Amino acid sequence: MGLITEIDYGTPESKTGKQVTLTVDGKTVTVPEGTSIMRAAMEGGVEIPKLCATDMLDSFGSCRVCLVEIEGRNGTPASCTTQVGEGMVVHTVSERLDTIRRGVMELYVSDHPTGWGENAGTGASEFDRMAEKIGLSENRFGVEGRNHVVAEDAAAGGGVAPGEGALTIDYMVKDESNPYFTYDPSQCIVCSRCVRACADVQGTFALTIEGRGFESRMVASMNEDFVDSECVSCGACVQACPTDALREKAVLEKGMPERSVVTTCAYCGVGCNFKAEVKGDEVIRMMPYKDGKSNHGHSCVKGRFAYGYATHSDRILSPMLREKITDPWREVTWEEALAHTAKEFRRIQHQYGRGSIGGITSSRCTDEETYLVQKLVRQGFGNNNVDTCARVCHSPTGYGLNTTLGTSAGTQDFDSVEETDVMLLIGANPTDAHPVFASRMKKRLREGARIIVIDPRRTDLVRSPHIEAAYHLPIKPGTNVAILTGLAHVIVTEKLYDEAYIRSYCEWDAFEDWAEFVSDPRYSPEETAKVCGVDAETIRQAARLYAAGGNGAIFYGLGVTEHSQGSTAVMGLANLAMATGNIGRNGVGVNPLRGQNNVQGSCDMGSFPHEFPGYRHVATDSVRKIYEDLWGVALDKEPGLRIPNMLDAAVDGTFRGIYIQGEDILQSDPDTTHVAAGLAAMECVVVHDLFLNETARYAHVFLPGSTFLEKDGTFINAERRINLVHKVIEPKARYADWEATQELARALGLDWNYTHPSEIMDEIAATTPTFSGVTFDLLEREGSVQWPCNEKAPLGTPVMHINGIVRGKGNFVRTEYVATDEKVGPRFPLLLTTGRILSQYNVGAQTRRTGNVAWHAEDMLEIHPHDAEDRGIRNGDWVRLSSRSNETTLRALVTDRVAPGVVYTTFHHPETQANVVTTDYTDWATSCPEFKVTAVQIAPSNGPSEWQREYDELTAMSRRIARVEAAE
Amino acid sequence: MKMQPSGIDIAARAASIVNEMRGMEGPLLPILHSIQEEFGHVPQEVLPVIATGLNLSRADVHGVVSFYHDFRKVPAGRHVLKLCQAESCQAMGSDAVAAALKQKLGIGFHGTTKDGAVTLEPVYCLGLCACSPAAMLDGEVIGRLDEDSIEEIVQEVRI
Repeated sequence: MGLITEIDYGTPESKTGKQVTLTVDGKTVTVPEGTSIMRAAMEGGVEIPKLCATDMLDSFGSCRVCLVEIEGRNGTPASCTTQVGEGMVVHTVSERLDTIRRGVMELYVSDHPTGWGENAGTGASEFDRMAEKIGLSENRFGVEGRNHVVAEDAAAGGGVAPGEGALTIDYMVKDESNPYFTYDPSQCIVCSRCVRACADVQGTFALTIEGRGFESRMVASMNEDFVDSECVSCGACVQACPTDALREKAVLEKGMPERSVVTTCAYCGVGCNFKAEVKGDEVIRMMPYKDGKSNHGHSCVKGRFAYGYATHSDRILSPMLREKITDPWREVTWEEALAHTAKEFRRIQHQYGRGSIGGITSSRCTDEETYLVQKLVRQGFGNNNVDTCARVCHSPTGYGLNTTLGTSAGTQDFDSVEETDVMLLIGANPTDAHPVFASRMKKRLREGARIIVIDPRRTDLVRSPHIEAAYHLPIKPGTNVAILTGLAHVIVTEKLYDEAYIRSYCEWDAFEDWAEFVSDPRYSPEETAKVCGVDAETIRQAARLYAAGGNGAIFYGLGVTEHSQGSTAVMGLANLAMATGNIGRNGVGVNPLRGQNNVQGSCDMGSFPHEFPGYRHVATDSVRKIYEDLWGVALDKEPGLRIPNMLDAAVDGTFRGIYIQGEDILQSDPDTTHVAAGLAAMECVVVHDLFLNETARYAHVFLPGSTFLEKDGTFINAERRINLVHKVIEPKARYADWEATQELARALGLDWNYTHPSEIMDEIAATTPTFSGVTFDLLEREGSVQWPCNEKAPLGTPVMHINGIVRGKGNFVRTEYVATDEKVGPRFPLLLTTGRILSQYNVGAQTRRTGNVAWHAEDMLEIHPHDAEDRGIRNGDWVRLSSRSNETTLRALVTDRVAPGVVYTTFHHPETQANVVTTDYTDWATSCPEFKVTAVQIAPSNGPSEWQREYDELTAMSRRIARVEAAE
Repeated sequence: MKMQPSGIDIAARAASIVNEMRGMEGPLLPILHSIQEEFGHVPQEVLPVIATGLNLSRADVHGVVSFYHDFRKVPAGRHVLKLCQAESCQAMGSDAVAAALKQKLGIGFHGTTKDGAVTLEPVYCLGLCACSPAAMLDGEVIGRLDEDSIEEIVQEVRI
């Protein structure tokens, strides 16, 4: 397969219904009203030369090369800014047009490196192609005038430039500060595509055109280096640039890629589709795919650029074994590692019982891989001891939405936001954690939608260039349920609920019960304000806006779920949506923003100890029979152990072996010291990962994992979209993860013979009603589909609960606020909450191994100026962060983004390990840890805590690999 | 000449100007004019203050400021002399007028004399084509420049 070149229609698609027919160069074309002539021509197969137009952006009309002639009209209008008309007769080629275009192009070239006869950049840019298409044969304007091209030094010393040295007063040096792309101003033709992409597509407004006339040039912020500017490195400008002024460094260094493979990003739950562009067996760049239904051609710094971890030298490519965790690692063959693991697991089960081992599936791996791990546990281990990292993030979403609406997933597709009037954002920071979707939210906000932000921190969606929240409720961490009940109180007591909707689609009795509950004066805005630390009137206003402001959509993240009342808060959100009738159509809904690429999929695939794929309880005989018949074994009807229970059992001595695929529980799970104790107590810990991660310090067997570039399969994003992952390069460690799991199953004596992940999906489809229509063929044909995908919805279901809630009737649940047991007091007077930053991802195993460290080299503690002053802490000081669990040290960032009494940090770096200070409190329903609230104290510090020192030593010890014995 | 305030004063004063004027329709240009009036130029450090105040990006503000030559990056001299260099004035000898003034003042276009007395700038049409060659001194237009009026100007700006 060659390089995929997507057609650029020049201007965006018109979405009006009425069709218009015109003739372009003798061809008849029918397009929707409002379409540009340029786009209509391209749809008819006629490419009009262009420089400033691209179909990701509205037309601009500045480059003057896309001119056409229209019969009956004077002049030569620009085809990008001229709309089609019925019966129009357009000519794109004529002597006059050729002459004008050549003249314009000559002017461009006279101030461009190609004018010097230099081969600028790749030589394969759109500019180069257009110069060729227009047929430029001379440059009558010469290159002796004032220009942007060659530095004075070069002119004087190297004799590169003809004429006088003074001619180069407008030269600007190349900006190489961004780790991933360069900006060469000499190649800039001031078409503004980058500026418009940054504003309209990304919504950051980091770029501008400086100056006027001949001196004008694109610059970042106030003519700053890109890396120091407001730029978030999403890559939209690089993608939009028609010259090589903005170009990926990898392309400049290694040359143009030769082939593309369309695949799905393996970072967050947005699930962007990319073209992986490859030369030989090396990925040169990732280009966002315009047909991607969740990203529509946009990307963020992680998906677009941060894939270097796949070839990082830290990757372990050989299986390894050791007897004790204090021994150095010994590289072994796959056969030896698998045989040893199988033997150990069988020994442990024989010695300590069938339930003494288990597995953890990964939200980073494919559906097929996750399915195999849970199948291995249920069929091979004979128990239900399987859990997944969703335990620590969105398990309350599954529980809460299932209880109220009857499905464990978000209700909408991302496109739905285009019809939203009021967004209610709680406990999520999309501009950092879900950047591509955040860009779409911002776009909708700039179009006039309004947003209510409930978050202890002043995030970018509260206020950033060109967007501002209607209301920001900076609640105290841990009071989500109180604020949601407070909002409900206003909606019910002011009769802002949608009685007709509730009577049709919800259980009226449940509503009445809930309405009575929330109407209690205890939940009035005034009382709520006391609990949450926000203004009562703002609560009233926000409630009225959500209930009566048109289409109201709720978006939430881990700031809702990772609490002792996470499940209650999710139900509180569903209550609000149902009460206001904001369910079951475009523009509304309850939308969890999933953290990981496949956290939805790993939950769907039966990763929980009590559920088979499709959220069916293991105790249900009819469901168990499906799998018993297929797998030929009797299955356990008792739910297995959750991750925290496995660790507890390990400490107690009843749980002794674990297979962990692609999750670093030591770093991502709460109360690190407890996790460490649990792992240390086990006899066979098998870590299947890309790197010797933190958990691997306690492992006895290491199986090398494969990146998303090295496998086929599917990921399911936050909108239930099943996206295809295609193998781009061969697995670097011999096996894709699904193959490794299959080999382990075989070593355990199971008769597994999958030859391709599509066969695993066939098995999933055959056994899971919500997936029964899914095949790889369908996904290849459609690009992606959203489950449920079955006989009733053969092409999937973008919006759920239309004409009726899946549960039958929507269920309202009382949401009594119970303050967490984690309370501030004299010793620990501040509340710590945690989150992410744009350039890093989760525990950072991948992004720390890429150029992204340019933006976030360490975790910082955000603290309000008042709290900092009280403690004598200045910006950048080392501080000790201590809680009832433990302590760690990091640097302080003094900012009023956080309220007084609240501190905030990220958890991307193992040196900091924010999770050593978090507690072991968990959600009452799902054991999801309460990461978002910890009572802490901050004090000035000189350096690493005792814990960090010990940890560093242990890290060095535990990562020794005895290279001498490597099997050659 | 106004005292040059320190960096903190500039930011604080700029913030109060932004606060006073942010309610206007299209407030950016009026704010920039007020800033220039206040400080004699538009200091770089006020750009982020304006950006924050108006909820724009720094790039947005920089793009606008750099587009208009009348917004100065550094303070001008006590007097500002603008010489028209547009077509009509060129036809009536503005080149020679410019050369004479540059020579007498010892500065080029966009330059300020060492004593801070005067800044010389080209301008492209003052709308005084009927009285070419034309100039503008501290906001007052002067038409039909000749040797005498040039000498007068030089004397005046030296004060």
